[in-house]
This record gives sequence, structure tokens and C-alpha cells, in this order.
Amino acid sequence: MNTSIKVLIVDDFATMRRILKNILKQLGFKNLLEADDGTTAIDTLEKNDIDLVISDWNMPRMTGLELLKWVRGNKKYAKTPFLMVTAEAQKQNVIEAVQAGVSNYVVKPFTAEAISEKLKKILK
Amino acid sequence: MDVKLINPFINATLHVLETMAFMTVKPGKPYLKRDNVAKGDVTGVIGLTGVANGTISVTFQERCILSIVSNMLGEKMVHLNEDIADAVGELTNMVSGQARRELEEIGRVFKAAIPSVIMGKSHSITHYTNGPRIAIPFYTDNGDFTIEVCFER
Repeated sequence: MNTSIKVLIVDDFATMRRILKNILKQLGFKNLLEADDGTTAIDTLEKNDIDLVISDWNMPRMTGLELLKWVRGNKKYAKTPFLMVTAEAQKQNVIEAVQAGVSNYVVKPFTAEAISEKLKKILK
Repeated sequence: MDVKLINPFINATLHVLETMAFMTVKPGKPYLKRDNVAKGDVTGVIGLTGVANGTISVTFQERCILSIVSNMLGEKMVHLNEDIADAVGELTNMVSGQARRELEEIGRVFKAAIPSVIMGKSHSITHYTNGPRIAIPFYTDNGDFTIEVCFER
């Protein structure tokens, strides 16, 4: 797993961004950017070259699903790995995310091992 | 209130605290709560809509939430502050999400709003419906917290 890539973490809760950053740092990732909603994430994506997006679903202003659709509709990021990390795990949510092109899905609450396993799958 | 709506919130709370804060939590006996004064010092509230409309709240004693968030973040938390409020919002969100998954399995589909957080001694918890408030106390080695579940009649 290439840990020198640039990762964007999107979640409206700073606590969750900190937890994810802690896990990613333990896995060896160093280039970590963060955004607190979808619109801020798009601004960050436009100004940087992001290799992996990890996003929450349920956020104010712009949801993670809307962000995913923007990412998949953008030439530069159409194939960029996108991991949804969310408490929204009802069947319909998962179907919508898969249809929109999510790379993988982690349900909150999660363990560090669950994040590690999903990242290994989508970054191999 | 249908008791089938209560157990998923108990199960979700145990799972969330065990997974995210590595804490063993012991649930107490549910009871009917008649006032709106919070049992804790910081409370997360989230609205649910679907087969029934209602709210759930999770209210933590200061010592308890400081211990929980310290475990979640891997750093010692000593005061109630914005970081703690943020963590309570996310914990409420996770309990709601986990419980809704279990409820979906028995055919009860709910959607959730964005949680809000209230902090301070003896604050009030406002539920948005007039149904009975079922409170479930939880005990940890570092203080207690209480969940309230309130669905319309």
C-alpha cells in the first residue's frame, strides 16, 4: 500500500477527522488534508492533487453522496479511490453509493483494522 | 411505546462505546422519565423520521464523557469544551445510525437529522414529540450516561 499519497478526509465532525487522521498516521500516511463538508472538499480537490478521498455521508450543505457524484463526474478525479465512512448504512444508502461509484464503504463505528483492510483493497 | 424500538438503541450504544472508546458499558433498567432535566452535563440530540417520528438523546456526566473522548482520541481530555461537544455529536450520530440499521432489519426504516449538542449543568432536553420518554441509564467505571428515546404516540 502506497502511503506517500495525498489523502483528503471529509467529515463535519472534527472528532472523526482526528480519529481517522490518527489511524492513517499509524498506517504510515503523512500527506493528510481535511475538509468539514462537501463544498470545502471540492475547493480542496480543485486546488490540490488528491489521490484518495475518505468521506462521511451525512453532512450539512453538501452530503458525501453529492461529493462522490461530483468526484465521479470530474475528469481529473473520475477514477480516484473514494472510501465512504459513515453511520448511514441502511441498504438504500449502500445501493446509492455503489451506483454513484464508491470504491468501498466502512460503517461507523469502526475499528482501525477495518479502515486498514478497506484501504488495502482499494489502493492495491 | 413499542419496546421493539428501544432495544436497538441499547445494543447500538454498547457497540459504539465498545468499538470507538474501547469501554465496557453496563445498561441499567429502562424507566419512564417525567421531566426534561438532563441527567448529564452534555447531551446530544438527534431527530428521527420514518415509520414513527421522534428524537433520541444521549446525556453524559462530565467525568464519563471526558473518559470516553480521551479513549477515542488517545489523548487526555480534562475539560468540557468544543472538542467534547463535537465528540458527543458524533457519538449520537453513530448510535442513531447503528440503531437504525437494526431497526431496518425488522422493517422499521428511519432517517436521521444532523445532531445538536447542549452543554451545561441541569440543562433541559427538548424532545420534539409528545410521546413517553423512555430513559435507559448506562454505567461505566468512570461515571454514567443516559439515553432517552421519545417517539410520538
